[in-house]
Amino acid sequence: MVIDTEGLSFNFGKQAVVKSLSLKVPEGSIYGFLGPNGAGKTTTIKLLMNLLKTDEGNIHIFGQGLKSNRVKILSQIGSLIEQPAIYLHLSGKENLLNRALLLEIPAKRVDEMLDLVHLTGAANKKAGQYSLGMKQRLGIALALLPDPKLLILDEPTNGLDPNGIIEVRELLLRLVKQQQKTVFISSHLLAEVERMASHVGIINNGELLFQGSINELQALNQPQVQIEAENTVDAANLLKRNDFTVTEVDDDHIFVPFTSKQKMGEINSLLNKNGYTVYSINKQQKDLEKLFLAITQSA
Amino acid sequence: MKGFILSFRSEFYKTRKTMGFWSSILLPLLICLLLFIGFFNHSDKLAHTPALMLWIEFSGLILAIMGSFILPMLIIFIAYSVNNIEHKADTWKSLFSLPISKFSVYSAKYLYAVFLTFLCLMLFALFTIGFGNLLSIIKPSLRFNEYRIEGLLAQVYLKLFLCSLGVLSIQFLLSLLFRDFLKPMGIGFVCAITGDILSGNWKYSYFFPYSHPMLAISTIENGVKNSHGKGPMPQITVDIFTREIFVSLAVALVIFVGGYFIVLKKSVK
Repeated sequence: MVIDTEGLSFNFGKQAVVKSLSLKVPEGSIYGFLGPNGAGKTTTIKLLMNLLKTDEGNIHIFGQGLKSNRVKILSQIGSLIEQPAIYLHLSGKENLLNRALLLEIPAKRVDEMLDLVHLTGAANKKAGQYSLGMKQRLGIALALLPDPKLLILDEPTNGLDPNGIIEVRELLLRLVKQQQKTVFISSHLLAEVERMASHVGIINNGELLFQGSINELQALNQPQVQIEAENTVDAANLLKRNDFTVTEVDDDHIFVPFTSKQKMGEINSLLNKNGYTVYSINKQQKDLEKLFLAITQSA
Repeated sequence: MKGFILSFRSEFYKTRKTMGFWSSILLPLLICLLLFIGFFNHSDKLAHTPALMLWIEFSGLILAIMGSFILPMLIIFIAYSVNNIEHKADTWKSLFSLPISKFSVYSAKYLYAVFLTFLCLMLFALFTIGFGNLLSIIKPSLRFNEYRIEGLLAQVYLKLFLCSLGVLSIQFLLSLLFRDFLKPMGIGFVCAITGDILSGNWKYSYFFPYSHPMLAISTIENGVKNSHGKGPMPQITVDIFTREIFVSLAVALVIFVGGYFIVLKKSVK
């Protein structure tokens, strides 16, 4: 495990922000750390970066205790926490050069990073004049500068346009595939993470509600039958009278849990026999976004 | 040690284009230049003044302005500006997540503020000497060149530097802890005025760091008065290590160490 926490807890005053968190982030994974705003994601990341003092529990990164190996561990992590930390009176390039100076990295790497995040053209412009997306890209360049084994990114696509989001996603996938890096990425949007994450942790109110591979998450996700019919309310009542479970009804659709193809056929003929025209009937996977909401709201 | 040097160099790199850095250079240049112009314009009146008296008037005017108000305000501003650069850019989190010990990051920042104060005071001394000698070249009737003031000024400014360290440490910690401009500046401003008032009126004022610049100036003044009129080249000695200097150094040390433990415990926002 690259990140391994046990019983990690943190309180702001009397309020418990992180409750007994046990994160397991495997090497070479893209771990999507998901949760609504205020769930405790940033606090967890700050605990991982030793910016907050752990109240209870242990943090092991690269198999070593964070408290006693702080400098060694941090030298292998690149991070972007909340909005990027950028000196606005310096240019984008100077921001990178300053970090390169602190980390003893050759200046050549600065140009490579600028190129990677498409900021070469704006390298000498003051960062204060950058757009939100450019600042975010510079933040990502700062995180990647030391060529770290582990990247910890807190909502890195905030403020990026769809094109920028795709670029970041492809960049992270490339880094994991080609350079065997591990990425820990937080987000409040599942849709953003599900296309690249291999593993997912879902947090709400400081508690980890789910942790596992993206396939395990999908396994939780039961398929359902979506029926488009006329007079959906009456049709749903008919299905209920015939021992079908109806999970959702709206003006145009009825949703019933999928069990088998045969049952789908039965539903279709039952409705038709009773005079309810079926316009369409199909098997559907509930999207992960709804599953994510269901997990976080049921807690 | 390497972490400290890297952090210190980075402090310079970051601030080299800020007002905080340039005020340490421009303030002594501007004040000394203004006095230079003043002396140049009134050279007729000052033509027969002995060299030592000329120097005392020239540097004394600078010191009087400095000690009473400008030095404490400059220290407050320097302490504020080296910390504000991180508050403004929200970079404390990236500073403290560098693979560099927290002590190196903290002490480099503190010593950079000390360095800026030192630079400023050194430039005051150098510009005083430079402009004084320049006056004697441009206006030979002003006989600055007949007295070697360098040693004395070095001692005076060393004393001023040492007595600034207490205030600097307090202001550094306040500016590090408080993000907003008003708290450290407001507290510093009120304390500087209180220090000014106390320095002449309270026998224990040497315990109050904000009185130290004023106290240091008055001990220098006493030194000058005592040696006045002893031949053409009187030796003026400045008693550098007076009790307010010891208090200043002790306060600086205690606050520096205490500040580090506060930083260790503090959550980085």
